[in-house]
Amino acid sequence: MTPNEALPLAVLASSLLPGLLIFALPEERVGLRTTLNLLGAVAKVVLIAALLAGVAAGEEYGFRYRVLPGLDLVFRADALALLFVSLSALLWFFTTLYAIGYLESGPHRSRFFGFFSLCVTSTMGIAMAGNLFTFFVFYELLTLSTFPLVAHRGTPQAMRGATVYLAYTLLGGTVLLTGIVWLHSLAGHTDFAQGGFLGVLAAHHDATLRIIFVLLIAGVGVKAALVPLHGWLPQAMVAPAPVSALLHAVAVVKAGAFGVVRIVYEVYGVEFAQALGLLLPLAVIAAITIVWGSLRALFQDDLKKRLAFSTVSQVAYIVLGVALFGPVGTIGGLVHLVHQGIMKITLFFCAGNYAETLGIHKVSQMDGAGRRMPLTSLAFTVAALGMMGAPFTAGAVSKAWLADGARTAGMDWAVWVLSVSSLLNAAYFLPIAWRSWMRPGPRVWPQEHIAARGWRETPWLLLLPPLVTALATLLFGVFAHAAWSPLSWAQLIAQREYVP
Amino acid sequence: MTDPLPWLVVLPLAWASVAFLLGPGRGAVLAAFGVALQCALAFELAARVQAAGALRYAVGGWGSPLGIDWYVDGLAVLMLGLTQVVALPLLLYARSYFGHAGAAGRYFWPLAGFLIGGMNALFVSADLFNLYVTLEIVGLAAVGLVAAGGGAAQLAAALRYLFATLLGSGAFLLGVALIYGACGTVSIELLGPLLAGEAPRAVYVAVVLMSVGLFLKTALFPFHYWLPPAHGGAAVPVSALLSALVIKASFYLLLRLWLDIFAPLVQPLAWLPAVLGSAAILWGSWQAVRAEHLKLLVAWSTVAQIGYLFLAFPLLATQAAALDAVVFQTVSHALAKAAMFAATGVVIHVTGNDTVAGVAGVAQRLPLTLFAFALAGVTLMGLPPSGGFLAKWLLIDAALAEGAWPLVLVVLLGGLLAAWYVFRVLRQAFLLAPPTEVAVRAPRLMEWSALLLAAASVALGVRGIELARLIAPVGAS
Repeated sequence: MTPNEALPLAVLASSLLPGLLIFALPEERVGLRTTLNLLGAVAKVVLIAALLAGVAAGEEYGFRYRVLPGLDLVFRADALALLFVSLSALLWFFTTLYAIGYLESGPHRSRFFGFFSLCVTSTMGIAMAGNLFTFFVFYELLTLSTFPLVAHRGTPQAMRGATVYLAYTLLGGTVLLTGIVWLHSLAGHTDFAQGGFLGVLAAHHDATLRIIFVLLIAGVGVKAALVPLHGWLPQAMVAPAPVSALLHAVAVVKAGAFGVVRIVYEVYGVEFAQALGLLLPLAVIAAITIVWGSLRALFQDDLKKRLAFSTVSQVAYIVLGVALFGPVGTIGGLVHLVHQGIMKITLFFCAGNYAETLGIHKVSQMDGAGRRMPLTSLAFTVAALGMMGAPFTAGAVSKAWLADGARTAGMDWAVWVLSVSSLLNAAYFLPIAWRSWMRPGPRVWPQEHIAARGWRETPWLLLLPPLVTALATLLFGVFAHAAWSPLSWAQLIAQREYVP
Repeated sequence: MTDPLPWLVVLPLAWASVAFLLGPGRGAVLAAFGVALQCALAFELAARVQAAGALRYAVGGWGSPLGIDWYVDGLAVLMLGLTQVVALPLLLYARSYFGHAGAAGRYFWPLAGFLIGGMNALFVSADLFNLYVTLEIVGLAAVGLVAAGGGAAQLAAALRYLFATLLGSGAFLLGVALIYGACGTVSIELLGPLLAGEAPRAVYVAVVLMSVGLFLKTALFPFHYWLPPAHGGAAVPVSALLSALVIKASFYLLLRLWLDIFAPLVQPLAWLPAVLGSAAILWGSWQAVRAEHLKLLVAWSTVAQIGYLFLAFPLLATQAAALDAVVFQTVSHALAKAAMFAATGVVIHVTGNDTVAGVAGVAQRLPLTLFAFALAGVTLMGLPPSGGFLAKWLLIDAALAEGAWPLVLVVLLGGLLAAWYVFRVLRQAFLLAPPTEVAVRAPRLMEWSALLLAAASVALGVRGIELARLIAPVGAS
């Protein structure tokens, strides 16, 4: 095995092995568990830094393993994979910190962190999958490893959320499997290729390929929470805050959106998908999802539910970018994959802090929260402004590129969709910010768990992650054109995708 | 080294007899050593078959048509290996389950030995009459194992089972007699060319009789009525042996006959098993979804999982992947079902409650066992990475290549229903339960043998290529 084969496997192993070890740990070994968790998370970030440097220099990383004749597990760390891998790995690191702080006193921590690591391993597998077979293996593994996390609290309410989640994702998985096996039996393989691999089948199988496209997109659309397949996401918000972060930013919805990217660009190829007339319907579905998610968010009083509907809307931006035919839209969609993750994870970290510190679960309880918890509220406000697309934030960069992409693709209606969505975003985020900063707080908080001690409004493990991700929201916006920014990397991918 | 094959048949019969004399305590140790040795023998045999192709033996030097013939090819050696590999952890489990005394334990060891010996002989027998004899040995030993539980319900289930198995082997014997009358031989090797051309009408009747007899023994829908009470009521190690291995023996025989000498005669009928299999999947899964008792849920799941084996029959003639699918389903179901029964046994032992509702809180009390149950469930649902997933993939692939959409839909629907009944248990296990006063400790050996079996069924999804190689036609890579 050469180093270039071993590196992608090492990325998988850096969360798989700690996860398996953690399962075996007794509950009270807090120190060892934390060490394992952080060791894995740091190792993963280091390994990925090596991969990033290599891929930027034109190296190729991949590993192929024969499961059955004609059926291979393929891992490939290409530029697109690394976009998702580095996002997940970085956010995983911060989510781990946050989860250690959040669950310090809770029960079943070995189980929680074990599945947590499995979940991230599955995400890495999804990102680095080199064919649809491998993608599917890890896609289903992700479903299985997130179920215990959503169900973690063991209350009837948590079980209901977990069951709804499972029903949606397993049905989606079944549909996806149908599409993948069908494609496999037509093409003989499912290996991703830049520019797609189905062009050769054209003419004979146009109708079949359209049906398969619908099956594949419906399959990944469940996790990407495209309307009308989004019903599980607001239900799953019963999960603990670190799990919500995982669902909304690091792993699950991202896996769905990433699946759309791979299917459009590397299975069908964007030209071929356009020729089959598949991109416009996809763009329309994305547009409907964007508007519908924002509209529903407007009427939620539950903070996490409002954020969940916001995710429905924001993830569809990525799909919209993919469906806009042309490199500009592609760049917009891909960069939003990262930007949405960073901003949304900030919001969920903050929502978790409000709930853990003061017992605030509803928007209507937010009055005065800014004065009691200024740092958390600052992070929340920055991320919310980013979601609206305010200047100097990462969100502004995504929206500008998406709007440009829509114009170059001649789909001006999409620009209108984006504007309406920005207005709606403002309409559901600004009142929260207004309440927390401008209104006076109540005499007694709903459930004050942690008393204020100077500037330390809440334990630093809960405070540090949202502050860092909020800072990243600003940095990625201000320094969008720096060599290390997600935007530059997205441009690199688009360049390789369109100029093979 | 001497030839492993005769020992695979003689050894279990030998330790069964000695175990009966020694009693359950030392008998159990002897049985475990015996099966461990058989495992090594089976692997040695597999290596020989892999290297030299199928082997034919003339027992006692007589050869057919006079003597007894044995024939070992990839499929046979695979079943031999599977039987020993699944039996070993189950016997260790049983040693812990039965403790050192008790009437049930007393008869378990000798009967298990006869059961395994009978199955090993069945896999390698090359003539129809011999196959009948081995089938009868397996059936009677299995009935004995169910009855050995001693309870009234177990005796009733055993009687029902006895009736089904006698009827099945009776039909089989009648078929063998008709074929002997028509063709003058019972050797599979000699019958091949005789049945390939114009076959007399009696042979058709024989084919139907033998097939129905084997359907009955394999518990294919609608002949499954005896299975849930027998598998759901027996002692846990017995349920595991029966569900994982015994029904596979009669299935193996059916597959052999349909692939080989019956192939020219049954071609127009190939859809029948698939239709019955579909009904089995849907009905069995639905009953599992509704079952209130844990063991009954697992037993109904067996009825459903057998259905997948038959689904591939119309595809066998044209699609090479179909046979792979059958093999993967056979092996992964054997491992997963043994694991699931074993895990269920631990849960019932610790909670003292055999209902699905009683599982609440098991996630806290028995994480290892629940993990084993969940892993086995992953295989049964056909989710990756597991042997069950590969079986499902291969089956859908083969069905799509033939344009057999109804089969695809049944497979997918069956997977969802399986998820329903598996997660019914898992979500119940995750619920918080009131703390219990009496803490029964789970025997380590039982927990780990369940986990080992379950992990093997999952690992098959990553490392299964040897199985495909073993049954691949000689010369193919």
